[in-house]
Amino acid sequence: METQLGDMWSPIRLTLELAGLTTVLLMLLGTPLAWWLARSQAWWKEGVATLVAMPLVLPPTVLGFYLLIALGPSGAGAVTEPLFGLRTLAFTFEGLVIGSVFYSMPFVVQPIRNAFEAMGERPMEVAATLRASPLKAFWSVAVPLARPGFLTGAVLGFAHTVGEFGVVLMIGGNIPRETKVLSVAVYDFVETAQWREAHILAGGMVVFAFCVILSMTLIQKHAAKAGA
Amino acid sequence: MNVVPAPAQTTSMPVITAAFSGALGAFSLDVSLTLPARGVTALFGPSGCGKTSVLRCIAGLNRLPGTCVVAGETWQDGTRFRPTHRRPVGYVFQEASLFPHLSVRRNLLFGAPRDPAAHSIPFDEVVHLLGLAHLLERAPQNLSGGERQRVAVGRALLSQPRLLLMDEPLSALDRATKDEILPFLERLHAVLDLPVLYVSHDMAEVERLADHLVLMERGRVRASGPLAVLQSDPDLPLAAARDASVSLDAVISHQDDAYGLTELSVRGGRFLVPATPGAVGTRRRLSVVAGDVSLAVVPPSPSTILNVLQGRILSAAPLRDTEMTVVLGLGPAGDGDRLLARVTRRSWELLGLAEGTSVFAQVKGVALANLASGPEMTEI
Repeated sequence: METQLGDMWSPIRLTLELAGLTTVLLMLLGTPLAWWLARSQAWWKEGVATLVAMPLVLPPTVLGFYLLIALGPSGAGAVTEPLFGLRTLAFTFEGLVIGSVFYSMPFVVQPIRNAFEAMGERPMEVAATLRASPLKAFWSVAVPLARPGFLTGAVLGFAHTVGEFGVVLMIGGNIPRETKVLSVAVYDFVETAQWREAHILAGGMVVFAFCVILSMTLIQKHAAKAGA
Repeated sequence: MNVVPAPAQTTSMPVITAAFSGALGAFSLDVSLTLPARGVTALFGPSGCGKTSVLRCIAGLNRLPGTCVVAGETWQDGTRFRPTHRRPVGYVFQEASLFPHLSVRRNLLFGAPRDPAAHSIPFDEVVHLLGLAHLLERAPQNLSGGERQRVAVGRALLSQPRLLLMDEPLSALDRATKDEILPFLERLHAVLDLPVLYVSHDMAEVERLADHLVLMERGRVRASGPLAVLQSDPDLPLAAARDASVSLDAVISHQDDAYGLTELSVRGGRFLVPATPGAVGTRRRLSVVAGDVSLAVVPPSPSTILNVLQGRILSAAPLRDTEMTVVLGLGPAGDGDRLLARVTRRSWELLGLAEGTSVFAQVKGVALANLASGPEMTEI
């Protein structure tokens, strides 16, 4: 009984760590990317936007397959081996974080980009005529105005990372306390006919998904009211 | 031989020179302007003539090849381009564009320098001038259109600009709201010594506010000069308009309390108008519509018309087939302020009028174009 509870707690903690870290990284990487996609006049920016959106369409196993190669001995592993003696980043927590960043990127970049676009040029122009440098204008005007986009992006990025399965299986395997996250654990419990544990985790996920979608709707409603 | 210093440093009257030429999308702009860096200059013309583009180029919001020098400071030339946030401009957009996430107070202070010693336009004065005291803690969403635009003007002023750019600040507002805001703008211009470029397509606004006028047409400057001079130039479309009028800057010279009249002096003549408050010496702007002025070659017999002024015909241009637009100079020699008169071609020929003819102008209507100016406002 004790070990079984421990078996359930470890994937939950691992999942939260993975999703939390991925979300933070995505906010850091996704914000400048979303800003560039919203503002740039470059003709090739939609090509970049398409690349970012690819995980929406690709089967997670395809993404996972390429990530496996990219993280392996002839990819990232070639860099990490002489430095840390690590032949591959696959089957590590770090590898999962990298995979999740790619996998969840569209869910973070798209809402933030939309929010930046909906804002239009005017607020930044007004800020510039009030002596605000581009950086100050970004922090004091663009970010607060795009707040609903950031919230949506963060919630979606977090939730989507929690729900990933295919990519994890391909590049993470099923190593307890290292890469065995919730979705894989549910699969495992079912495989080994531990229905009670599977029920608890699966039910928890259902409640979690419900809360995520409800809170998203409420955020958007609130934002629409504030903007009116 | 002494070397004469560069004129830009020595001219007593600071100027704004702006020249831009190039294409913005499908629209081509080609302007070259030298404007006084004091008082209010109106950029006037039909929509789509490039007024706003000129303003945006001066603010650095658009970049076209050209030069921009304001009061001796180069903002743009062949090699340099100072970005908007380093130009000491205030910009009031057509829509107030307040920051919705900030209160009125924080909107007002957004561009204000941290150091209060740098405030030559103090917060309290702006709040007072624009009547914002009761709005400070509100959110922009809870303001009326007129209130929002007043906050936008205040916000621009508090960034301590050395040039205020206003892009049709009233055009998004209804008539009643305009009339609510115009007195505030007049007070600003009376109290603050800040050059203003004011874009408008509404001649009534221009008459109330502007000292200098730039007429624009299809991306070009048609004419630039003092307001009254351009209004009375028969070669320009203003004088040919059905409701053509001329603005005169007048000074109160006498208050006739017995009859409830105020006497206002202009160069070359005097007008009597229904009593308007103000001490002798107070400045007022008058507007006389061409259709309200008729001409006589001999002093007219006594009539109920209050205002009969002597003048001389400076020029005349036919308007359609039946009418003439006549430019008068006030005073016996015709060297005073100008008036426009609209007369029929028949009268013109029957009276034998010609350039140089001495005439008496009977003025049936005089309007006070602005109300708020003069000493009582400078006490603030």
